[in-house]
Amino acid sequence: MDWLIEPFRWGFMQTGFAAAVLVGVTCAILGAYVVLRRMAFIGDALAHTALPGLVVAYLNGWNLFAGAVVASLLTALGIGWLSRREGVREDTAIGVLFTAMFAFGILLLSQTRSFRDLTHMLFGNILGVSPSDLLPLAAIAAVVLAALALFHKELELASYDPVYAETIGIRTDALRYGLLLLLALTVVAGIEAVGVVLTSALLVTPAAAASLVVRRLPALMAVAAAIAVGSAIAGLYASFYGGFSSGAAIVLACAACFIAAWGIQRIRRSVG
Amino acid sequence: MTSRPRFPYRERRHAAPVPGAPALEVRDLVVAHPSAAGPAIDGVSLVVPSGRRVALVGPNGAGKSTLLKAIAGLLPVRSGSICIAGLGVGACHHRVAYLPQLADIDWRFPIDVRRLVMTGRYVHLGWLRRPAAEDRQIVADAIDRLGLSPLTDRRIDELSGGQKQRVLIARALVQDADILLLDEPFTGVDARTRVTVAEAIDALAGAGKTVVAATHETARLAEEFDGVVYLDDGRVVPAPQGAFAGARFATEQRIRHSNAKAISWTG
Repeated sequence: MDWLIEPFRWGFMQTGFAAAVLVGVTCAILGAYVVLRRMAFIGDALAHTALPGLVVAYLNGWNLFAGAVVASLLTALGIGWLSRREGVREDTAIGVLFTAMFAFGILLLSQTRSFRDLTHMLFGNILGVSPSDLLPLAAIAAVVLAALALFHKELELASYDPVYAETIGIRTDALRYGLLLLLALTVVAGIEAVGVVLTSALLVTPAAAASLVVRRLPALMAVAAAIAVGSAIAGLYASFYGGFSSGAAIVLACAACFIAAWGIQRIRRSVG
Repeated sequence: MTSRPRFPYRERRHAAPVPGAPALEVRDLVVAHPSAAGPAIDGVSLVVPSGRRVALVGPNGAGKSTLLKAIAGLLPVRSGSICIAGLGVGACHHRVAYLPQLADIDWRFPIDVRRLVMTGRYVHLGWLRRPAAEDRQIVADAIDRLGLSPLTDRRIDELSGGQKQRVLIARALVQDADILLLDEPFTGVDARTRVTVAEAIDALAGAGKTVVAATHETARLAEEFDGVVYLDDGRVVPAPQGAFAGARFATEQRIRHSNAKAISWTG
């Protein structure tokens, strides 16, 4: 078992482990709402539109985290605003907006001639997380998880029965805005681990896998968090020992869990 | 143009009903959907006494659902008034329970029957407060009353149409509502379980609750409802000749202290 413990003699592995836990738990638990409310596309869009924010911050020597947070929050507000307008279908508007923003980010990056930085932003590098990055990751986790815990009963109700929620005075549009803002923050955390391109997998796949094997929302969140954290740690090892891209390894580990969950569901169905 | 009433979602808001006031009184109501040009409800008046079961019938787009939604406070009132137990909409909004169409609810959401019925307590809890033992007892009692006890831990996607409808009625009971607004309670319910839903509605009326239901299912109107309001194009009109045999239709009469023509029940 030495090979399991051995890597943790290194500081960057300890940091990476802490980041994996924070990111995995946050993404998976919010991911339960993303999956149940069918917001996967929005999550993907938010992650992609963070790229120009990252690049602008990078080119100006600002904090990358701040750049991503600002870009992602602005996009969340934009999506919230768009979804209340009529005339353009929401998914169409998001599709146009996020590909344009992503292209803009790549355009900016193409001027820097630093492909290594590009791959970091696009595909993430959990081993490259610095100890100073842990504080914002922890802050995001704390804000997102606290908000979800405090407003759980209203978020849950508004997710499956928005009409009734409105009749008792819950403003479902405000809740949706709030959820979009939490999603924007979570996406920035996800980018740290798996990058812009793969973040939506961290939101969607663990929660989707969990939804196949458990039948209550709290259990779904717990199992999704376990899958995400386990996959992130698996990615750490794959990157440490095999030199694989940590982002790709994490996402593939999540996908493997999804396939296993699907198999379990099939077996249960044929037995029961 | 008036905006939608905004209810405060917080602590209990109790206002005593006005003595002698009918359960529901609608006067000269005009309601328009925010996106539509013309009004969907165009001058409707009606009075429903406590403990009656009233059906709203009429063709698609006649305004049945719109009327229910306006009473529930989901749509802005352009002119006219709605009084519930003599109070304005929202004055004591737990008194009115709106039961959405089954299709408006995402039944695949991973929760059980107990949890869905508990949402009826939320109007009394408000933000941040969790259900207490008292709330759980109220929920268990309502589930029992609707004959759903064996299904308490069942996930909501495993319920039949009739069971879903009874779950929504149980939620209205734990909300402690006096008026239940049902949008198409018999849609998606097979003939056998339809009887159990009708019985549940009947029991509610027997317990003094007032039921107003929009329905397409008019085969048994006379047995299932005490009175029928026929809507067409946003107005209350006489039903087509020969339709709905045996059903008691609303008769027009004048409300006291008002020149408004209203619809109420005789007998």
